[in-house]
Amino acid sequence: MQDGIVTETSPSALRRYLSRWGWLTGGALALLILVLSSYARNPVSTAAVLASMVRQSTPLVLGALCGLWGERAGVINIGIEGQMLMAAFIGFLVNVWTGNLFVAVLAGLATGALLGALLAFMSVTLKIDQIIGGTVINILALGLTGYFYQQGLTTQGKLQAIPLGPLADIPLIGPVLFNNPPITYLTIVLVFLSHYVLFHTRWGLRTRAVGEHPRAADTLGVNVYLVRYVNVIAGGAIAGLAGVFLTLEAVGSFERAMTNGRGFVALAVMIFGKWTPLGSWGAALLFGFATAMQTQLQFGGLNIPHQFIGMLPYLLTIVVLAGFVGRARPPAADGVPYEKE
Amino acid sequence: MAEQTTSKNSLLRSLWRAINIPLAAVLMAALIGAAILLISGADPLAAYGALLKGSFGSMSALTRTLEKATPLIFSGLAVAFAFKAGLFNIGAQGQLLFGAIVAAAVGFGVQGLPPYIHAPLALLAGALAGGLFSAIPGALKTYTGAHEVITTIMLNYVAINITDYLADGPWKDTSPGNIVARTPEIAAAARIPSMGGIPLGFVIAVIAAAAAWWLLWRTTLGFEIRTVGLNPHAARYSGMKVARTIILTMVISGLLAGIGGAVETQGVVYRYQPGFNVGLGFDGITIALLGRTHPFGVIPAALLVGAMKAGSSMMQFNAGVAKEITDVVQALMLFFVAADMIVRWILRIRAADGEKITLSTGWGQH
Repeated sequence: MQDGIVTETSPSALRRYLSRWGWLTGGALALLILVLSSYARNPVSTAAVLASMVRQSTPLVLGALCGLWGERAGVINIGIEGQMLMAAFIGFLVNVWTGNLFVAVLAGLATGALLGALLAFMSVTLKIDQIIGGTVINILALGLTGYFYQQGLTTQGKLQAIPLGPLADIPLIGPVLFNNPPITYLTIVLVFLSHYVLFHTRWGLRTRAVGEHPRAADTLGVNVYLVRYVNVIAGGAIAGLAGVFLTLEAVGSFERAMTNGRGFVALAVMIFGKWTPLGSWGAALLFGFATAMQTQLQFGGLNIPHQFIGMLPYLLTIVVLAGFVGRARPPAADGVPYEKE
Repeated sequence: MAEQTTSKNSLLRSLWRAINIPLAAVLMAALIGAAILLISGADPLAAYGALLKGSFGSMSALTRTLEKATPLIFSGLAVAFAFKAGLFNIGAQGQLLFGAIVAAAVGFGVQGLPPYIHAPLALLAGALAGGLFSAIPGALKTYTGAHEVITTIMLNYVAINITDYLADGPWKDTSPGNIVARTPEIAAAARIPSMGGIPLGFVIAVIAAAAAWWLLWRTTLGFEIRTVGLNPHAARYSGMKVARTIILTMVISGLLAGIGGAVETQGVVYRYQPGFNVGLGFDGITIALLGRTHPFGVIPAALLVGAMKAGSSMMQFNAGVAKEITDVVQALMLFFVAADMIVRWILRIRAADGEKITLSTGWGQH
């Protein structure tokens, strides 16, 4: 089984690590140098860019976690975008009706999970083309949210930042990492939790077995359908969290098609992160940084048409896919329906 | 005589087999749509009645339906054509936008040509723009393995940004009084006219469907495309150039989408304006699947969706129902067509042998 962590520090382990994570590590190092030098010159806007990076990366890493939980079990989820959008909308509506943020977040999670169940039903039970199944969810979410959307509604309050005591007072790191709203914290917890469950628990081992060789897993008594259902539904709930992040934490209102392709960018993030939670987090931060820089460039008075700056995250996605998907190896049974004998 | 009747019967039977699932899907989607209308407090009968009246109720309504169906036939053909090679072209939207704006540029930028040269020239330019833009995901897929579903969606956003920039920058309508982002109006010679209530663009679309059918089932390239779609390994093993076939398929698919945009510019809008062509490419997915990915199936499917678009204004006006309900019904149609096993299970229709349609592939295949 492939594994995301290096346990020995022999030269071969280092080489293995570099060949696997060299690009990401190099990118992170370059970023670190850039950030430190810019912090020396302008601490305030550097902290602002980094905080914006964390904010922008949150829905992406959540979407990537949703994608990888499905794909590690062999189900491609191209409907992350729709799951996010629908959850964003339902979470928003529930908040407008009840005025309660917590209930609204739960409603968003449930919506995502429900759409996850729909995807699992289509791809595991009905065995229809998984890409088509995801597209059905995307178009359905776009249509339903568009039809039931009413203009002029706003949420009653937004999830507010909770400073984590003295940690929030550390220069640069404090405002960026330890002074965030709850879903952002929860996202970081979910990254490490996903890593732990996927690589260090029985369920994770079963998930990976089902994604690599369902027949063998089945022979050993693993319930392939059950593993796929649970993972895709859990993934849907995570995508739902990304959705309510958008409406209840980041923006405070709903707009038609407000996910803006983030569900698809998240898939690229997942691939760039080589189907691992920690790798996806790193990749999402890189994407988040590109988006944060985009806002910075827009207000920086540079004379580039805003449309060209607006294209950056999408172009970056294509470049990452083109450069990495050929070399990254998806789970062997990814996208293949399993037929019991 | 007896033989003739049997062949007639078997023809009818195969026709029925081709349309039973889509027909059932449409009916079931309409029923659930009615339920949603009831929940939201509207009268489904009044809504569907107004929809029908607005799409088929008069000669002008019928013309409007044909007009709306025309770009949809092209985007449906584009998606269906790519499906034949196992490629899922979600980028028909972006390719269509490029076709629309380049046709507009040729339409307003060139002056003094006779109509029989200017109109085809603009159409061709639009087609080429769509085809070239679609070559990018094809090349990325073959040379880097980047899955076309994600690259085409990302390129849709790129296309939106570039066309917005062009319509608000170098190609902006600078006539006095104009403040919105749009190109100037195209020359009269570049317009595609209607003949007796039938838009000429619709005729071109039907011809394009026939051409796509001919290409797929009567040429060597078509055979290669279908073989790659059914089994890329077998295609490669038998000496076919799979990479070339994939790129060519994407280019042809993009050409079709590009013509769809050009026809919309030259036959309906007469200029390019951001926001006017939204969703036409995405509808192509529903239409292609509703038409069972067959070029001739695309035409009735596009007429159906076109009718829903044409009648939705009257539905909004007469029955007070938001237009977006047609999007919901469309998504449900897509769901039931894609999940044809549900429909088969409900209606107890048995799947015939060899009826399985190749659609897309997962990551890393091909």
